Amino acid sequence: MQIVLVLIAASLIVALIFLGAYLWAVKSGQYDDKFTPSIRILFDESKKEKND
Amino acid sequence: MKEELLKEKITTKTLCYHCSEECSDDSIRINDKIFCCNGCKTVYELLDQNNLCTYYSIEQSPGNTRKYYTKRNYDFLDDEDLKQKLIEFSDGKKTNVAFSIPQMHCSSCIWILENLYKLDNGIISSRVNFLQKKLFITFAEKITSLKKIVELLDSLGYEPLLNLDAKNETAVYNEYKNLYYKIGIAGFSFGNIMLLSFPEYLSINVVEHSELKQIFSYINILLSLPVFFYSSNDYFISAWKGLKKKIVNIDVPLALGIFVLFLRSIYDIIFLGGAGYLDSLTGLVFFLLIGKVFQNKTYDTLNFERNYKSYFPIAVTIKNGDNETTIPVEKLKVGQRIIVKNNEIIPADSILIKGFGNIDYSFVTGELFPVNVQNGETIFAGGKQIGSAIEVETIKNVSQSYLTQLWNRTAFNRNEESQITSFANIVSKYFTFGIISFAVLAALFALPNYKIAFDAFTAVLIVACPCALALSTPFTLGNTLRIFGKNKFYLKNTFIVEKLSSIDTIVFDKTGTITERNNSLVNFIGLDLSENEKDLIKSVVANSTHPLSRAIFNFLSPNRIYPVENYEENIGQGIIALVNKNKIKIGSEQFVTNKNQNELDSTKVFVAINEEIKGYFEIKNKYRAGLKEIVSQLLKKYQIFVLSGDNESEKNNLNEIFHGNAGLYFNYSPHDKLNFIEKLQNQNKKVLMFGDGLNDAGALKQSDVGISITDNTNNFTPASDAILDSQSFRLINVFINFSKTSKKIIIASFVLSIIYNIIGLTFAFEGKLTPLFAAILMPLSSISVVIFTTIATNLLANKKGLI
Repeated sequence: MQIVLVLIAASLIVALIFLGAYLWAVKSGQYDDKFTPSIRILFDESKKEKND
Repeated sequence: MKEELLKEKITTKTLCYHCSEECSDDSIRINDKIFCCNGCKTVYELLDQNNLCTYYSIEQSPGNTRKYYTKRNYDFLDDEDLKQKLIEFSDGKKTNVAFSIPQMHCSSCIWILENLYKLDNGIISSRVNFLQKKLFITFAEKITSLKKIVELLDSLGYEPLLNLDAKNETAVYNEYKNLYYKIGIAGFSFGNIMLLSFPEYLSINVVEHSELKQIFSYINILLSLPVFFYSSNDYFISAWKGLKKKIVNIDVPLALGIFVLFLRSIYDIIFLGGAGYLDSLTGLVFFLLIGKVFQNKTYDTLNFERNYKSYFPIAVTIKNGDNETTIPVEKLKVGQRIIVKNNEIIPADSILIKGFGNIDYSFVTGELFPVNVQNGETIFAGGKQIGSAIEVETIKNVSQSYLTQLWNRTAFNRNEESQITSFANIVSKYFTFGIISFAVLAALFALPNYKIAFDAFTAVLIVACPCALALSTPFTLGNTLRIFGKNKFYLKNTFIVEKLSSIDTIVFDKTGTITERNNSLVNFIGLDLSENEKDLIKSVVANSTHPLSRAIFNFLSPNRIYPVENYEENIGQGIIALVNKNKIKIGSEQFVTNKNQNELDSTKVFVAINEEIKGYFEIKNKYRAGLKEIVSQLLKKYQIFVLSGDNESEKNNLNEIFHGNAGLYFNYSPHDKLNFIEKLQNQNKKVLMFGDGLNDAGALKQSDVGISITDNTNNFTPASDAILDSQSFRLINVFINFSKTSKKIIIASFVLSIIYNIIGLTFAFEGKLTPLFAAILMPLSSISVVIFTTIATNLLANKKGLI
């Protein structure tokens, strides 16, 4: 049954990684603006113009 | 010549390629692209030169019209003090600045604003937050300057709203982030603790592995620590603050419940080898925090805190001998000469020195039509000059002017945090004392046995923890706030819903609130006008920005506009012009008929064509559609008053609309309005005030609920508790009624949660409160209360036609 402890430890570590990812996402401002990125993604990258 | 004129007749409407405004003709064009004005054409040329025409392919005609554009002078942005106030951060190389841009309205706007670096190579990057209508720019100060960027934005039709008070927003922003952190951590702990408590729920016999159970419990304690010490600290802080002020708010029983849950669980696990109630604890905190997020719905683009500073210019042009310089308005001193151009606002009380003063006070005093001011007369701050530029000399400081003095009153310094009247807080006082005495009773009951007494005492406190109670308010009110928002009625926060439900007196401002701001009732009295004559008149008034001209322009049905020659506008008198070789004279009675007027009746506009007097246009306030019906509904339940800064000319009309049952008061100054509300409140009335302009700012602030009405939520609205789009004006009675419904829903859910408490308490009294039972009862009661309030508000809103 000791194997259960290993499994629990592993699951907690995985869960902690996800918690960390969430906290990082909040910190880096991904929840600040939930609308503009959905529009921004539709714009074509205009690389040609950049080179002008 | 005549044929040419005929060609200019508009048969089909041509819309501007840039802004989709109607074009009067197709003379302003580039190839096949037609523009309404040269301003729009210039913007197109600028974008075309820089290969930025994608702007026009994302959305059709995405621009902001340049028709009424006047070039502004941004020299004041070179002022160091002012720059520091606007700039967020600068390290000498890179500078960050955030602008608020209300004109942002479509995806093309986002695209062009994020491609600004192509127009100015000093701009390193620009980012849009569309919902907040904000633009964040990073630029290199060595290559470009703040002034250049603002000028660029202005030239594109995205004039930033420069506001020096905007910086304190970051504090609110951090609070939101903290709430998200707390929820994340609480959710993480809640999930994992539940997982580790599973053997307990399933009553799996782990006797042979009791050390496993022990280990699980200790892991649970570890997991619950951040929830207890971090995620729930707001409740402890708020409860402590309340107790210090001798107020038992809803957070007191919550904090008590959380605290007891935690202590009892630790005790159970460490001393008794039990499982504790940590799953209930973390679940409770998690749900409560979600309720908080739900309640904290805010309208980012709206500003409920605006004072006169965001209405007044932030800079003025001063004249020093022959030099004209721009200085920030804060540095304006008494005795300085300022130049006020067309449509500019006078920042401080001053005396007219030069020019024709034609001041629009509608926003400041409620007077509908502009006032003529003679040389040497006083102009009050907040008035807007209409017509040619004038020169004035200030006689008071900006903050000491007639209107701005209002902000020095106590009503503006009141502490906004006093939300003790909220229903949940009133109930929680009795609730807290109730459960504490219950717990003590239960303990006394079992007394000789200390262990059982302790068990019973804590069990009562745990099971009575008012999580359902605490969740019903945020979810009901949060949902109501959203339902109102869908109907273009935007509340500052959820407390306003409760306040709205308890009002008994309604006060209306007249101009702009119950009348339409940009729309008047026009009547022509005199000889019949032929279609051609109407066109001639319309062609002339099309050239004038005077509100009366605009009213006549809108009144005459559009047909065709002729070019106008020899146009001459005499401020405060009228217009003479030549159209199609006809001499048209429009203006005051004296101007047109040469008869001396007995009284200054500015609401009659006379017309003469080729020296023949045709009659006059009578221009009156236009009351909002459906006002009479709304008023008759409201009169049944509330006492109604109308306060007007205008004269008594509308008294009879108003009496008819209000069935003679409203108190009508005229010639009320902004201070009078504030005092009036205060007087009503001293008679223990709960006052709801509707207003729209700066002149109502004091009254809106003083009243229990102040609602400002606006035709366009981007426009300036004075500080208030709520902003109502004028389209939804007809719904005000429904809104007030629905706020009462919400309160009833809260009461109903309180009853529901008390039933849960009684069930829980009977179990606790019998000492049967197992961790499993608590873990089921708590989420069950919370979730069912949330579901109940959400369904009830939506159903009832649907019934009232709000969804």
